[in-house]
Amino acid sequence: MTENMLEVTGLGHVYRAKEQTHTAFGDISFAVDRGEIVCIVGPSGCGKSTLLRCLSGLLRPTSGTVSLHGTEVTEVPDELAMVFQDYSRSLFPWRTVAGNIEFPLRGRELSKAQRRERVEEALSWVGLSGAATKYPWQLSGGMQQRVAIARALAYRPMLMLMDEPFASVDAQTRAELEDLVLQVRAEHEMTVLLVTHDVDESVYLGDRVLVLSKSPASVVETLSVDLPAPRDQIGTRGAEEFVRLRTEVAQRIRNTAPTS
Amino acid sequence: MKIFAQRWLVFLGCLVVWQFAAASGANPYFPPPLRILRAAGDLWFSGPAWHLWLTSSVGDDILPSLARLLIGWAVAAVIGVLAGIALGRSAVATDYVAPLLSFARAVPPPLLVPVFLVVFGIGPQMEVATIVLGVVWPILLNTIDGARSVDAVKVETARAFRITRSRWILGVVLPSALPKVFAGLRVSLALSLILMVVSELVGSTSGIGFQLVNAQQATFDYPAMWAWIALISVLGYVLNGLFLAVERRVLGWHHGYTGQAGR
Amino acid sequence: MPSILRKLIGLVVFLLLWEAASRSGLVQATYVPPPSVVLVKFAGLFGNPQFLTDVVSTLLSWVIALGLATLIGVPLGLLLGGVRLLRTVSSTIVEFLRPLPSVALIPLVISVLGSGAQTKIALATFAALWPVLFNTIYALHEVDPQLVDTARSFRVSRLRRLTGVTLPSIAPFVLTGVRFSASVALIVLVSTEFLTGGTIGLGQFVYTWGSSAGRMDMVLAGTVFAGLFGYLVNIGFVAAQRRWLVWAPAGGAM
Repeated sequence: MTENMLEVTGLGHVYRAKEQTHTAFGDISFAVDRGEIVCIVGPSGCGKSTLLRCLSGLLRPTSGTVSLHGTEVTEVPDELAMVFQDYSRSLFPWRTVAGNIEFPLRGRELSKAQRRERVEEALSWVGLSGAATKYPWQLSGGMQQRVAIARALAYRPMLMLMDEPFASVDAQTRAELEDLVLQVRAEHEMTVLLVTHDVDESVYLGDRVLVLSKSPASVVETLSVDLPAPRDQIGTRGAEEFVRLRTEVAQRIRNTAPTS
Repeated sequence: MKIFAQRWLVFLGCLVVWQFAAASGANPYFPPPLRILRAAGDLWFSGPAWHLWLTSSVGDDILPSLARLLIGWAVAAVIGVLAGIALGRSAVATDYVAPLLSFARAVPPPLLVPVFLVVFGIGPQMEVATIVLGVVWPILLNTIDGARSVDAVKVETARAFRITRSRWILGVVLPSALPKVFAGLRVSLALSLILMVVSELVGSTSGIGFQLVNAQQATFDYPAMWAWIALISVLGYVLNGLFLAVERRVLGWHHGYTGQAGR
Repeated sequence: MPSILRKLIGLVVFLLLWEAASRSGLVQATYVPPPSVVLVKFAGLFGNPQFLTDVVSTLLSWVIALGLATLIGVPLGLLLGGVRLLRTVSSTIVEFLRPLPSVALIPLVISVLGSGAQTKIALATFAALWPVLFNTIYALHEVDPQLVDTARSFRVSRLRRLTGVTLPSIAPFVLTGVRFSASVALIVLVSTEFLTGGTIGLGQFVYTWGSSAGRMDMVLAGTVFAGLFGYLVNIGFVAAQRRWLVWAPAGGAM
């Protein structure tokens, strides 16, 4: 079970625009095991999204390496799926819900029947079986993000990257979607790397929490979260251990803040 | 229903006023509507029964004119969309042709009719060439604009899911550009009608535009001239209506999406 | 490579290809003369008194037609956009008049008004009216109701609401309409001159050299002038929009 799936060593990224340079993050190293949920949390503007884009292969880092199963990531790997924060821009408005989920599957060697089966399966996992023929813009924000998650699940990735996936939904929906991620992980042994700025969310979801410092970011703390499964929005969040962990994460973030 | 009645009553009212004013004034240039209607009947609907009462003018003038208009427009659409998608996704390629495009768009197309006349001679090729070269620019420029502005998150989504190149063009770039493409196509359709008439006024021996100028200059038949004018207006109205119906179907998602985003 | 250099290269390559096609006989040089010939003729146009008379006539008519279309179109648009009853009542007439290309009216207007400048000005005004009118009506519906409510909550008078809220809000759309009208008016003017024998104007200049004399070098030189003029007008409008309507860089339908 403890097999290194993703390994990040000395990763750094510097934006260069004319004569100005901006270091998004300097020297980040960590590893993610198979079946883990790892949350990356940090203050706003610390380069979390840039980090995730480097991990996914969408962006070339300026230094360091990312390797997935021992192979260095230079382009977007096949075994990886991504859920973006802005679901309304990430879903294709000209395709139905089913069409959106099916779209990335077309490039894979699957028959039409297999594709349809996967779409139906993914929709039932996220509880949207009835919405297959609707268009994304006919759904609420939370439901749209469920579609985006279903699209990632139907792709059957080994690793799912989520970039602040619940930052644009209301609190009630956010709780539901958090539990959806936990449930999907439990049922399908998914490995998830999730970026968030919400301290509570990182502790609630994560097996481990990586705390980033302010820009230029580096990993200032790695916390293991030993909260019992299944986690529960009311029970877990009320537990003494949860409160202790969230306080610790929050303190680490605050302490890093004035250093720049 | 009430609005519908209001609209058409006023329209009919105007026609009635015109009828009486023209009948009493007897200005040869403005014949009363009923005379125009009779002229239209004589022109197009007085044929033999086995021809569905249509006259030969329908087959000799109206249909060929329509065909040239639609062929010219369709050719321009194909060229404009293909070239537009290719150019829109390459900022470098667009740079090379940008000054030429801005210039070409600004040339009033009728000025090139003499050139087409000597190259193609009088006839349908000249007309189609005039239409294509006149209407391709709005389609091309709008397509470039649409293809260039594919949303950044959609670009990354497509890359993250390793979408193949052909599916990227057909499944992401083209639909993204489609609202702009349709705007260009609509402008071009109206322009096609204009150029069809212009080219037939100048260099043709048949067709709607030719008959129009013929009624004015050769036969001094003003009711017939008005009938041709009315036909052109109805054609424009119908073509635009059909186009909008197609657009509503094809771009249904776009209206839903922007309607929701603009809450 | 800087973008401006690429644009220059593109232009030069196009001219060279055209030159080569014409010189090698790929296209017949009497039909499509090479750019070296056309550009010399183009330069010569500015010393040609006949051409200058024609250009002045066309440009003056263009300014008048565009001015008239704006003066009629904007108030009419405000009226039709603001008063629901008027809009309903006029909509059928408008819908039948709008698709009617002005060029179809050329024979009629020549019969009625003769072949003087009033004919082409009337036709160009008619054609240029629609983009201004429709963009004004459309813009009125796009005025943010919150802005109007804000003004009303401060008890701003009706007139000041019109000049202080409505007109600035619709200005970008109207300018887009006028820009569109400018090119439509030019097309109609040139077409009318082209089709009306014995007039003066850029279209007649091209017609005379083209149809009677078969001199395509002069036709293309005139065309280059018209294209250049249209191009500069377009640039002028875009610059005006950027300069005076900064708060709404991209406005307008059509």
